[in-house]
Parts: sequence; C-alpha cells; structure tokens
Amino acid sequence: MIAYIVRRILYAIPILIGVNILTFLLFFVVNSPDDMARMFLGQKHVTEEQIEDWKTERGYHHPLFYNTEEQGAEKFTKTIFYTKSVRLFVFDFGRSDSGRDISFDISQRMWPSLAIAVPQLLIGLLVTISLALLIAFFRGTYIDYWAVVICVALMSISGLFYIIGGQFIMGKILRVVPISGFEDGIFGIKFLVLPVLIGIVGGIGSSTRWYRTIFLEEINKDYVRTARAKGISEQMVLFKHVLRNAMIPILTGVVVILPLLFMGSLITESFFGIPGLGSYTIDAINRQDFSIVRSMVFLGAVLYIIGLLLTDISYTVVDPRVRLN
Amino acid sequence: MFGKPVFLITDLLIFALVFVIIAFFIYAMRKPHLRAPWRQVVRSKAGVISIMVLLVYISIAILDSMHFHPKIENSSVEGEEQYNGEIQSVFDQIVAEIRNSTEKTYSAPFAAYLFAKETVQLEDGSKLREHPRLKWGGVHLDNPENEKSADILSLAVTGIVKAFIAWLVLVALLCLMLSLRTKNSLSTVVKNIVHGESDIPWRTIATTLAILLLVLLVGAEWATKYHVLGTDKVGEDVLYQALKSIRTGVVIGTLTTLLMLPFAITLGIMAGYFRGWIDDVIQYLYTTLNSIPGVLLIAAAVLMLNVYMGKHAEEFASLTQRADLRLLFLCLILGLTSWTGLCRLLRAETLKLREVDFVQAASAFGVGSTQTIFRHILPNMMHIVLITIVLDFSGLVLAEAVLSYINIGVDPTMNSWGNMINSARLEMAREPVVWWSLAASLFFMFTLVLFANLFADVVRDALDPRIAKQ
Repeated sequence: MIAYIVRRILYAIPILIGVNILTFLLFFVVNSPDDMARMFLGQKHVTEEQIEDWKTERGYHHPLFYNTEEQGAEKFTKTIFYTKSVRLFVFDFGRSDSGRDISFDISQRMWPSLAIAVPQLLIGLLVTISLALLIAFFRGTYIDYWAVVICVALMSISGLFYIIGGQFIMGKILRVVPISGFEDGIFGIKFLVLPVLIGIVGGIGSSTRWYRTIFLEEINKDYVRTARAKGISEQMVLFKHVLRNAMIPILTGVVVILPLLFMGSLITESFFGIPGLGSYTIDAINRQDFSIVRSMVFLGAVLYIIGLLLTDISYTVVDPRVRLN
Repeated sequence: MFGKPVFLITDLLIFALVFVIIAFFIYAMRKPHLRAPWRQVVRSKAGVISIMVLLVYISIAILDSMHFHPKIENSSVEGEEQYNGEIQSVFDQIVAEIRNSTEKTYSAPFAAYLFAKETVQLEDGSKLREHPRLKWGGVHLDNPENEKSADILSLAVTGIVKAFIAWLVLVALLCLMLSLRTKNSLSTVVKNIVHGESDIPWRTIATTLAILLLVLLVGAEWATKYHVLGTDKVGEDVLYQALKSIRTGVVIGTLTTLLMLPFAITLGIMAGYFRGWIDDVIQYLYTTLNSIPGVLLIAAAVLMLNVYMGKHAEEFASLTQRADLRLLFLCLILGLTSWTGLCRLLRAETLKLREVDFVQAASAFGVGSTQTIFRHILPNMMHIVLITIVLDFSGLVLAEAVLSYINIGVDPTMNSWGNMINSARLEMAREPVVWWSLAASLFFMFTLVLFANLFADVVRDALDPRIAKQ
C-alpha cells in the first residue's frame, strides 16, 4: 500500500512538470512580458521606461530561460522560468501583479470557500441519494418516468438561472436572507444559506439521475435476486444490499472532487460576494492578473492529482475485492 | 441576390458539418446494421419530438451562417456595384423588420410606451414627465390603452389561422405520401395515425408540428407589430438577440466536438492499439491536460488571446471577423479541455477490441495495422463517438453561458445567451425589474438544451450495445 502511494506520488511529478511547462508556454512564450505590460498599462501612450518599470517591479525583466549576464548558478536562477515557474513546486506563489502575497491570500480565502462547499456537498449527497433511492423504489412506474423527465428538465436549466432566480425570490421578494455578503463566525450562517441551497438545487437533476442509474444497475444483479428469494422485504433489500453496494461508485465519485472543494465555486462566490478562492480567481481573470491565474492553475492541478490518488485508495477501503499493486 | 457572399471560418465548418451529416445519412440508409439504431430513434416519441425542435434551431443557425456584404441601393458610382462593409446573414434579411426596429431604451414586452419616464416638451411650451410612445412597437395604434389587447388578440387569431392552414396542408401531404408508400387507402392511413397505430409515431409528429407552427406563426405575426420580448438597454429587440444567439450556441455545441474528434480518435486508437511507450506518452498527455481545471485553462488561454488580439488589432478585417475568430478559438480551447474523456474511452475500447477474435484473425492473416484499424477497429467504435457528440452538445451550450458571464467566453459584441444573461444581471436590480432579457435568453437556452438532452438519451439507448433492448 505504502509502496503504491509512493509510486503514485512519484508519478505525479512529471505531470506537474508538464502542467508547469504548459502554463509557462501559455503565459510567457505566446505573449512576451512586454505585451502583458502594454496590455496592463493600456495599449497606447506607453513609454519604454514605463514598461521596463512595470516589468522590474513584478520580476518579469529577466530573460526567459538563460541569463547571460549573471555568473554560475545564477545564470539559471535569475530567469523568469526559475522565479515564476520552478518556485511553484515548493508552493512559493510569489506576489500578484498588484503586489499582494498570493500564498497569504490563498490561506485566508480558503475558509469561506470551504464553508460553502462542504455543507453543499454533504447535504446535497444526502438529498440526492434519498431521492434516487425513492425513484429506484418506484422503478418502472409513472413516478419513475416523470421523475426522470423532471431530472432532465432540471439539468437543462442553466446554473446561472438558479443563482439569479434564487437571489431574486429569496433575497428580493421574500427577503428571508441577505442577497450577498459574508461574515465570519456563527452570524455568517445567514449569508451561507442561500448559496448552499442554490448549489444543492442546481445539482439535484444530474446527480439524482446518475445515482438512479447506479441503483438500477445494482438492483438487477444476482445477489439482489437471491436476497429477495430469501424473502427479505423490498425496503430491506434496498437499504441493506443495494444502497451499500451502490455506495462504492458514489463515494469514489465524490472522493475525486474532495480536494477541489478548496478551489471554491467560481460563479457562486462571485455572485454572492463571498471572499473565497473562486471569486479570487474570477477577480484575477477580470483584472488580468496573470500571476494569480497561474498560481491557481498549478494549485488546481495539484489538488486534482491528490483527488485521483485518494480515489484509488478509497477503492481499497470500501471494496475489499480491489487490490492495489 | 443579396450581395457579395462572405465566408467566415465557422460558417465553412458548419457547412462542412451539414455536408458530413447528410453524407452519413445517405450512407447509413443503405446499410441495415447502421439503419437499425436510427430506426429505433425515430420510432420513439421523445426522439421525434426532440428531432423536430432541434431542426428548427439548426435551420435558424444555418440561415444565420450564410453571410454576405449587402448591396448598397442607389450607389453613387454608375455601373459599378457597391457593397456595404457590414456583414449580414440571410437570417438578418428574413427578420429585417425587427432587426431595424430599434427604440431609444428599455421597453416591456408588447409595450407601446417606453419603460422609463422622460421629460417631453409640449406644444404650448410646458414640460411633462411621461412615458413617451415607442418609435416602432405598436405605432399603428391610435389609442394603445384601449386598442392594444384587441389588436394582440386579432393578430394571434390571424397567426392561428395561418398555422392551421399550413398544418392541414402539411399533414394532408404526409397522409398522401404514406398512403402511396404503404399502398393503403387514404382513410386507413388517417385512421392509423389518429389511433396512433404506426411504426413511426406520426400522431406525435403531427401534434408537435401543430405546436411548432403555432408558436412560430403567432410569434411572427406579433413580431411584425410589437416587440414581443421587449427591448434592451440600447433599444434593440430582445427577440432578435435571442434568435441570433441560437447560432452561437449551436456553433459552440457542435464545432467544439467536431474540432476535437480527430485528436481524440487518433490518439485514443493509437494508445490502445500500439500500447507500450506510445500508450505511456498519450496517457501522460491527457492526464496532464486533464489535471488543469477546465475553467482555469480556458481563462488562461482566453486572457492570452486578448493580449494577442490587442497586439495584432490591425490583422482583423472587421469586428464580425474578429468575433468569429474568437468564437472559433473558444471552440478549440473548449475542445482541448474535453477531448481527454473521449480519448480515454476510445483507448479502453481499442484495448478490448484488439483482443477480439476477428481482429486477431485479421492480424493472423497478415493484415497491416493501418488496415486493421480502419476496417475493424474504427467502425466498431463509431457508436461511442456518436454518443459523445450528442451527449456533449448540451453541456457545451450551458458552458458558453457561464464562460461569457465571467468574460472569458465569446466576444462581447457577439449575440449570445451568456452575454444576454451577463447584461441582464444589473437589470434585475432595477426597480421595477427588467426581466425580459433574462427570461428570453433562459427560455431559448432551456428549450435547446432540454431537447438536446432528450435526444441524447434516445440516441444513447439506441446505439449503446450494453443497454439491453426490450
């Protein structure tokens, strides 16, 4: 097991190097730092000095790969590739283009993202699994048919509509909760209710339909037939046999996204004015802050790889038939 | 007829796609094993309904993809034809009336007055705050307060009558055609349809046709006199915007998958067939790409495109061409983030297929790898490709809206549902609420995505061999 994990972590290193090179190519080779400076300072009426100042201030004034003006190892370290890309491996994100410490911002903004994502995931799972089990209980009837139709209809509504509609009905007409904002501590809950609720409602359609398929697949298997033949009631069959076995694909599907919960939801957070990592990224995109976007790309890739690793491990935990080698 | 044709890159790709679909259709009709699953699709009610609705959307998208520079009438230079620099589409010509019917600013659906009050100078010099009349919407009415509802109703009745006549003609033609083909008497054919006793659900088709004709013709009737869905901030008709957005949605939904198919198929089959180091390299490639969160990769790429376009602004002949190129680029980058899923599926399928007896037999007879791949492996995976194309479509249409909302989607000058929703956000905060832009974009998007989803389900059930046929 430990050998397997170590091997997987080693396997992750070339992938991270690949991600790093890809983002480096995207950010520095397709467009030179000069272009970025010009973009940032406005297209026209920019003097060469202003561009040089902008680059020096943010450390973009070094050459890309190889610095001929320096001595020894500094030929490689005083380059954009080293200062901007290699340093990401030790999670040194450096400073954003507007001069703030990115690592500090991330550590601050992670918590609001989690405060939304975790309850949303847990309550959402509970609701969708219960609904899917209920539909599976009524399989083959009109209830099943219409439930699937409603799920498809819910899936077809844009996520933006859930947010705008939810804000409008709950916040503006009913005035139950504030439309947007955030506060630390226990009183912050009133700001979290709406985004969490909307996140759950928005996910009901696709998750319920998917879980229903998983349940139906299990229901048709031999062990379920055996259980019924033994005279076990339908409820017992569903809860004791089908639910337990169906939890394997459901749980492993969830584990993959667990680490990405840190990243927050881009749209929800910016709509509700929650100072999490999602709105951080969106703001960076809108302000064209390349350093933050680059850091988030790298962080996202790391978290994704952790998610994959956790999935494999969770398979062995929930399903004793799976052996890692 | 219209002027000098212009072919934008996405136009050409759309036409190529239509051509491929028609060619595949003709080819598949001749092969019984290919015809069978599609028979199952047109025999299901959900299948025919969604095909008909999607056809309406796709026809609008195709009409909107035929671009040209309109001819300038009464040009100053004799004997030489002058063309407008602006690019229009055939669809723009069809709906020219609502396209040119701009007002000053917001007006509600079916309104005859502007939404906001304005100070107007009266003839005697005094000033008055009132809602001014619209320049186009409902101008034919002398007294909108009393006449409007009656007028709307009478227009609707005209539309219903037209729809009914059109429906009768179409259904009569259909019955005639069926009776000629099945060599049954006309009355038997009609009876079968009414009772729903036919292989292909003709009764459902007729009902859907009636509803579609009703919506289209009544809407068209209304649109000649009113702004059916109101106007937006700069006074442009919202219905026109929503209709123009159809092309953007359809282009993103189809071209993205089309552009990524060659990569996914080639790499997927190569990885599965040759295995060894080729497999390792390809797996490494897609794991790396996959591990970057899609939105961030798109954001990074679009940011870089902005910088590039800012630097090379002079290379683009017109705003339309620039927006078109950006749309194509968005399709490419969306394709780049989504090909990995298909590639993985195809790799797994190839690994399975190359161990199957007929492939083993082929290689035992000394058939080369290229021929084995093209004759034995590729045709046996087409169902996966087709299922992916239809399944991805709705997700991509929805993704466009979200991306445009965070300003990394299509060009802001291009009509798209995402841009409409983006601008509608501030309108919801107004008092009283301006809801029609949002409602229109969501309705049009919902209809397309819903029927695309239903269609995808039917196609998957028909094509996927793992789903047991009842």
